[in-house]
Amino acid sequence: MAWNREDMAARAAGELRDGFYVNLGIGIPTLVANYIPEGMHVTLQSENGMLGMGPFPYEGEEDADLINAGKQTITELDSSSYFSSADSFAMIRGGHIALSILGGMQVAENGDLANWMVPGKMVKGMGGAMDLVAGVKRVVVVMDHCEKTGAPKLLKRCNLPITGAGVVDLLITELGVFEINRGKTPVRLIELAPGVTVDEVKAKTEASFEVAV
Amino acid sequence: MADKVRGNAAAALDGLLFDGMTIMAGGFGLCGIPENLIAAIREHGVKDLTVISNNCGIDGFGLGILLENRQIKKMVSSYVGENKLFEQLYLSGELELEFNPQGTLAERIRAGGAGIPAFFTRTGVGTLVAEGKEVREFDGELYVMERGLIADLSIVKAWKADAEGNLAYRKTARNFNPMMATAGKATVVEVEQLVAIGEMDKDNIHTPGIFIDRLFKGAVFEKRIERVTTRPREEKVVA
Repeated sequence: MAWNREDMAARAAGELRDGFYVNLGIGIPTLVANYIPEGMHVTLQSENGMLGMGPFPYEGEEDADLINAGKQTITELDSSSYFSSADSFAMIRGGHIALSILGGMQVAENGDLANWMVPGKMVKGMGGAMDLVAGVKRVVVVMDHCEKTGAPKLLKRCNLPITGAGVVDLLITELGVFEINRGKTPVRLIELAPGVTVDEVKAKTEASFEVAV
Repeated sequence: MADKVRGNAAAALDGLLFDGMTIMAGGFGLCGIPENLIAAIREHGVKDLTVISNNCGIDGFGLGILLENRQIKKMVSSYVGENKLFEQLYLSGELELEFNPQGTLAERIRAGGAGIPAFFTRTGVGTLVAEGKEVREFDGELYVMERGLIADLSIVKAWKADAEGNLAYRKTARNFNPMMATAGKATVVEVEQLVAIGEMDKDNIHTPGIFIDRLFKGAVFEKRIERVTTRPREEKVVA
């Protein structure tokens, strides 16, 4: 069986290390917070101006002045701090954040990521995604392996407008894990989800990749 | 000391609004938005506005009420996904839109307020955002030039202030407000609490009063929440 959303989030949590400052994107990346290993100290950054994001509040304890970048109500921890958007993006663009885990529409062999616009459709905006991929030390993308139409999303070159050029370090899909290494080396398939074969991955992937499982 | 304190939003904006002007509006989503000032701008009816704000409110609240009244000509934002009317006006060509990466937007405003006309950043290199802009190599890496931003008027929401205009923000309601406070030719602030001179903690003033022209205590703070998200009581706290 291929991985489900929770499995993918749990696998992405395997990229966390003790002491890391981490930014988690919306969707599956948000679930990664539930899989931080016991005893590991990881600080979650929210790009709207907070370090040390706590869990969602109990009902009745929501604070309109305390939200995450997905505009959800959250809570603070004893170690939390608040700051402006300029300071927040100084952390992100200045390389002070160790790991960014975010969603994707397409990833290419050359490390390009597309995740913000589809021409001809209403564009909502890139938010902080372009800053995160340009500035964070390690970028992990978690996405479905194919479109709903079956079209591959791990490509030779992105055909959607990109979010960043040569920025992806690692890609996690429901089929497995790929080392992208920002396009500096050939793509390598380094893990397969249970029950998934290399042939299945090849059939669903446009990019060429080496098999190292 | 010139008296900066005004009685209400309309008085604080008196003489500052004109058609075709550029306004910076603080806030992230609906968090930390100057809701009293936005309502007063709607009431005034000033039009053809260029509004610089990370988002554009939602249908019926925040900057969304200026869209409803067709007062906005152009938005400069990083994300506008929460607003159906926005989409409709944009697709029909009634509204111009300039997307900036969120960090680039924050830095453009910070730079503008600090008298810095342009800067270089890695964000957006190789993307549509860099099209038509100067790209330069520094230490083997490519960077794109972005311009500083200023506005005719900045509207800001703070939690607490004194009559000098010294401001403190609360939690994540700070967001874009401090930079915008520095980048308006005029800066007007609404606060939840107006305290006596001497009552602000001088070591914890986030925006010093020099940047502020006028301020007032907001009449109403609805402080809507876009996505109320909670957890069940019995769940173990995950840090």
